[in-house]
Amino acid sequence: MSPAMQPIATCPEPRIAVEQLCVDYNGEVALYDASLTLPAGCICGLVGMNGAGKSTLFKALTGFVRPSHGRIRINGLSVLAAQQQQAVAYVPQSEGIDCQFPVSVWDVVMMGRYGSMNLLRIPRPSDRVAVRDALQRVDLLDLARRPIGALSGGQRKRAFLARAIAQRASVLLLDEPFNGVDVRTETLMAQLFLQFRSEGRTILISTHDLSHVSDFCDLVVLINRTVLAYGNTSEVFTPENLARTFGGMVPKR
Amino acid sequence: MTWLLDPLTHAFMVRALLVSALVGGVCGLLSCYMTLKGWALMGDAVSHAVMPGVVVAYALGLPFSLGAFVFGVGSVAAIGFVKQKSRIKEDTVIGLVFTGFFALGLVLVSKVRSNIDLTHILFGNVLGISSSDLQQTLLITALVVVLLLVFRRDLLLFCFDPTHARSIGINTGLLHYLLLSVLSLTAVAGLQTVGVILVVAMLVTPGATAYLLTDRFDRMTVLAVASSVLSSVIGVYVSYWSDSSTAGCIVLVQTGLFLLAFLLAPRYGILNAHRSQAS
Repeated sequence: MSPAMQPIATCPEPRIAVEQLCVDYNGEVALYDASLTLPAGCICGLVGMNGAGKSTLFKALTGFVRPSHGRIRINGLSVLAAQQQQAVAYVPQSEGIDCQFPVSVWDVVMMGRYGSMNLLRIPRPSDRVAVRDALQRVDLLDLARRPIGALSGGQRKRAFLARAIAQRASVLLLDEPFNGVDVRTETLMAQLFLQFRSEGRTILISTHDLSHVSDFCDLVVLINRTVLAYGNTSEVFTPENLARTFGGMVPKR
Repeated sequence: MTWLLDPLTHAFMVRALLVSALVGGVCGLLSCYMTLKGWALMGDAVSHAVMPGVVVAYALGLPFSLGAFVFGVGSVAAIGFVKQKSRIKEDTVIGLVFTGFFALGLVLVSKVRSNIDLTHILFGNVLGISSSDLQQTLLITALVVVLLLVFRRDLLLFCFDPTHARSIGINTGLLHYLLLSVLSLTAVAGLQTVGVILVVAMLVTPGATAYLLTDRFDRMTVLAVASSVLSSVIGVYVSYWSDSSTAGCIVLVQTGLFLLAFLLAPRYGILNAHRSQAS
């Protein structure tokens, strides 16, 4: 069986457990008393306004900011330990990436394997197989040799998803995955998310597009400086909760 | 052939060619990361900030590279500290800190009793390199090349997507300081060839030239190193035959190569870009 197709390691602990998390930047509070628990194999939407703390939560989950209070456990491990086991993959917004960078699609997906390689990061045959499989799953194998600058926005998004697949992460953090994406990519991504869920991966999707949340998120987390509500989408996604999340201004669904 | 061989009869010319080619190669390699990371201004800052370190080291009889290294890294730490603790924007902080360090260097040179020639620091002195300086340069360049080759994939990832690097457990703080240390060391080496003022050209131009010529990182490093070594060698020859500033000649040749790429590069040159737009 090729590495990319092997099942994701099961774990009795929740995939993500955040307890009373507080983050502040030089005394300015970005997130306080945020708690949530996500089980293995679920798709969870993270909904909030700009500046509500979505990206702060992501930064805390990727170890970029240190919580001033509270703790985070991923698969029962500390963030650093989970990262060293390649458990966490972050799929960036396309805008956050320099798309003139001189790397090919293949190179980008291979970066998903770096964590399991030796210091010199010389790909082994198994790494090449993992990259090939990941590219196949996102339907980009034909474009593997293209520079990433030559891809469309949707194709680039798929390349970064392939990197997460090649990494074999059990927790995927996606930042606005549906921004500027073509219909083909959107359909393919939705299918992939369902596959990921059945493979036991947990997907946290930061978004302000509410229609996507009600379409395929099992769980939803509403955030505004803290976790206002979280749980099954059908129960949490109420007009009252949304009004609290968006400060009385409910965007159109 | 005399124009090629005649300079080689002088020992100082052979040494100058070797040193400038070596330093050129290392700067070319590093320049790829500088241009991709957007650290050109940082390179300028560090190369100016090492100056007081060189003076202090000479005055204390220490290797000049040690003093330069301490001040180079110190300036970056100072930049980071001021930026974090105040509301001032980063480019302002960089401009403020490196000129402060540089001014300190100028004052020290004029007050500290030593046999340092200010113009040698400012504009380089590759024709008069001593053998102890040569040894230090060899050591520095060897160290920098080894570090850049061992960490080349990690540094590439660090430039491209530090968030991903971090999320797969790579210590990005360490990579940040590794790149800064390498920058300080290389600035010291480059300082000997072209001096404080033009070092930034060595740290930026070859990378920029190569970046216009390819979309593959491995090819970019090869092209940057090749163009940088070539510029150094041609520059030293031109300076010998025209009896003009060596540093100026080396950097002028680099700039010339950049202009060629800017005009003629297959995909990103402006002439070809116009043609593809027209068709």
